[in-house]
Amino acid sequence: MSWKNGAFLALDKVSLNFGGLLAVSDFDFILRQGELVGLIGPNGAGKTTVFNIITGQYEPVRGRVFFKGQDITGWRPDRVTCAGIARTFQNMRLFGGLTVLDNVLVSRHSKLKSSVLAAAFNFPGYIKEEREAKIKAMGLLDRLGLADLAHMRAGNLPYGQQRRVEIARALAADPKVLLLDEPAAGMNPEETIRLMEFISGVRNEFGLTIFLIEHDMKLVMGICERIHVIDYGISIAEGTPKEIQDDPKVISAYLGEEACDYS
Amino acid sequence: MNASVFFQQLINGMSLGSLYALLAIGYTMVYGILRFINFAHSDIFMVGAYFAFFSIVIFRIPWPIAAILSIGLTALVGMAIDRVAYRPVRDAPRISALITAVGVSSFLENLGLVTVGARPKAFESPSFMSKLFHIGDAAITGVAIWVPVITLGFLIVMMYIVYKTKVGMAMRAVSTDIDATRLMGVDVDKVISYTFALGSALAAVGGILWACKYPKISPLMGVYPGWKAFTAAVVGGIGSIPGAMIGGFIIGLIEVMTVAISPGLSGYRDGVIFLVLVIFLLLRPTGILGETLKEKV
Amino acid sequence: MSDKSRKTFLMIIFLCVLFILVWVSDKFLDEYTMRVIRTGLIYIIAAISYNLINGIAGQFSLGPNGFMALGGYMVALLMLPLEQKKFVWFLKPLIWPFNSFSFTKAFFPLAIFFGGMAGALGALVVGFPTLRLRGDYLAIATFGFSQIIIVLANNLISVTNGALGIKGVPEYANIYWCLAWAIITVLFTTNLANSSYGRAMKSIRDDEIAAESMGISIFKHKLLAFVVSGFFAGVSGGLMTSLITTISPSLFSFTMTFNLLIIIVLGGLGSITGSVITAFAFAILSELLRFVESPINLGPIYIPGIAGMRMLVFSFLLVVLMIFYRRGIFGEKELSWDWVLSRFGSKNHQGVKVCPGKTEHF
Ligand SMILES: Nc1ncnc2c1ncn2[C@@H]1O[C@H](COP(=O)(O)OP(=O)(O)O)[C@@H](O)[C@H]1O
Ligand SMILES: [Mg+2]
Repeated sequence: MSWKNGAFLALDKVSLNFGGLLAVSDFDFILRQGELVGLIGPNGAGKTTVFNIITGQYEPVRGRVFFKGQDITGWRPDRVTCAGIARTFQNMRLFGGLTVLDNVLVSRHSKLKSSVLAAAFNFPGYIKEEREAKIKAMGLLDRLGLADLAHMRAGNLPYGQQRRVEIARALAADPKVLLLDEPAAGMNPEETIRLMEFISGVRNEFGLTIFLIEHDMKLVMGICERIHVIDYGISIAEGTPKEIQDDPKVISAYLGEEACDYS
Repeated sequence: MNASVFFQQLINGMSLGSLYALLAIGYTMVYGILRFINFAHSDIFMVGAYFAFFSIVIFRIPWPIAAILSIGLTALVGMAIDRVAYRPVRDAPRISALITAVGVSSFLENLGLVTVGARPKAFESPSFMSKLFHIGDAAITGVAIWVPVITLGFLIVMMYIVYKTKVGMAMRAVSTDIDATRLMGVDVDKVISYTFALGSALAAVGGILWACKYPKISPLMGVYPGWKAFTAAVVGGIGSIPGAMIGGFIIGLIEVMTVAISPGLSGYRDGVIFLVLVIFLLLRPTGILGETLKEKV
Repeated sequence: MSDKSRKTFLMIIFLCVLFILVWVSDKFLDEYTMRVIRTGLIYIIAAISYNLINGIAGQFSLGPNGFMALGGYMVALLMLPLEQKKFVWFLKPLIWPFNSFSFTKAFFPLAIFFGGMAGALGALVVGFPTLRLRGDYLAIATFGFSQIIIVLANNLISVTNGALGIKGVPEYANIYWCLAWAIITVLFTTNLANSSYGRAMKSIRDDEIAAESMGISIFKHKLLAFVVSGFFAGVSGGLMTSLITTISPSLFSFTMTFNLLIIIVLGGLGSITGSVITAFAFAILSELLRFVESPINLGPIYIPGIAGMRMLVFSFLLVVLMIFYRRGIFGEKELSWDWVLSRFGSKNHQGVKVCPGKTEHF
């Protein structure tokens, strides 16, 4: 597979079906280190399912997933995350009963070296680790404008802020690759623009590789270097924002959706 | 063990298994729709037996009418439990629903203890149940034959309802995708209510037949059968109605054969079923006919 | 004084006051009242252990009575004097090694610790096959497991003496040991729940899929919660056995689990403070409610006792709580020194420094 050389994250002819429904079919994809790539497609096209396959939520029936040259197909999600791929969820999944800070700290847990007994008996080594984790988490919250909310219950926050907590939580896992599933959904245009700036900002700051699903065309076209289009689980186009905008297949896929909306 | 003893035990196992199957269907149907274990189901089984006891032994109502009456009343009890206790916690965290179910189960058991007392009551089964059959060398009681036959009759009726009627179709739709079914304008609460009615009716049939087979009934009579029936549902593949039937027969046969092959193990007959459950959970958690459900992320 | 040392100071004072209180009551209260208090302390241990798995890790277990039974039998086997052992196991001899030694009084805490280990081992054995699965299988498997413990207790005569049970266990579970173990349980569990491990458990409770996606090993942490819970359940079972000096299969029946369920739901799933208060109240209340089950003789009027009435009331209470008052008395809240300090005295008290300033909102 010479074409996959140089790929940071690669999907090789991945397929998955739910009963009779082919959600993703022979999906090929590569992400090079440092890239910011968008994944777009009509509702139900299989975008989220692609994410779920990468992170190990679902195991593909065919095809393989490679990360840094290693075959990670079938790894459990926690192992994938520890290997360096973190994500956010389209329909947010914060830990509603925990504070915002604790939500972010959960992502630091897998880095903890102290044992349970060290933690339960408050050994100095553990206290030090915990303090460092808190500093790191607070730094991230601050970066996302959430520091004032650190001690609020995450479940009580408004929608837009919950989205940002999701991003902070994913970043706290120290990922190499960040998967963002519709991060701007439910945000107003002004918030969306701030989010765009933020995404480009953290990418440079943390040297991240980002793969992003988004409905907001302005956001996708504005910040992505490359865009991948999926429809009915099949990859239908790939290229720069300009190329995608002019691609007749993409236009018809989206027109098809609009036609459905009016019917 | 010679052939005729084996045959006798086979019939006994089928007979016991068919009772587990009747009970397992109620667990599997509710689980299929609500993804929750209705712990009170085993007590519905007990309630069914007591309804029959009161109508036959106390009120002297003729057998067939008493049986139908008890089944109907038990179905109503099942619906009422869903309406009063389970519906309010439908959208609560799953653990709340489970705790509620444990509470309802304990409530019914202790209501039984308080109202009818802990002492077992003698049940009068109809005369055709106690006739002895001779097949070759084997002598088989009428109960052992009639229980699976009657069960089969009810299972056919139930299958007809689930697979051939509109209500049954709605039940299956709700168990596949509750939200989508609601969007299509189906009154989901009503469908769930019918599911409880059907499951409870079958539990009542099971309870009455159980009382015929072991004619001493007590408020705690449902605990062990209920637990084994749930194991049967898991073995067959939870959510699958044919699976529950197959599982019921398997559990019944295993239980009877364990004791038949090694009488020394009779104290452990309940333990063996637990072992079966653990083995299935380890090796095939989806059971024989169940399919893996992928939780939507 | 720094915040931390202030809290330590308060803690020491609190423990001293508690100790003096206990010492005074031990001197002046009658034997019966002290028994109720000791029972209350044991219930606290059991309830906290159960709350760890149900309320903090969010996994519905129905097996604490089984783990308590394991601890109880372990302590009975270790503490029963040798001559008493010969006397109890007259049907079948007791198995090795228990037939060849007994702990002396000085080793009682060690026996309780071994009781805890028995509970923890039981939890490991049950948890291993069942905790890998998503869903509610745990409830049914733990229920089955606790039934099996009772089946085994009835049948393994050379270990448990069957249905006759074991009589004559020395009553070493005095108020001080009960209190000491209760304090250990409260402190250990609170610290664990507030630690990074506890956070991981709570994240699993709130959203298993998200927790796994944040790098939390679901299985490992569920098993951890389960084993720690099994340990303290074993401890409480051991203390209870020593308190009532006998153990038989019926002592740790499902009713025990049910009572604990009421306690943790009423106190608030996930709240250790809630469990402490309701467990203690429950011990007192169930003594007070004993009258509903015993016959009442008011001269000419005689009301026979109604078996099951207590449980009927409790079951009804549980269902009503779940429907109308799901969060219990304390919700998930805890009474902590932070709270006490912020309420009475020291101003501007905060657990973690929030750094305002360069907050850019987008
Ligand atoms: N767990 C699941 N079970 C059944 N069907 C699913 C599941 N997850 C996704 N699907 C289906 O797969 C298709 C693709 O879904 P998804 O990947 O979420 O689409 P998108 O994110 O592009 O909107 C949809 O038709 C959806 O209904
Ligand atoms: Mg999606």
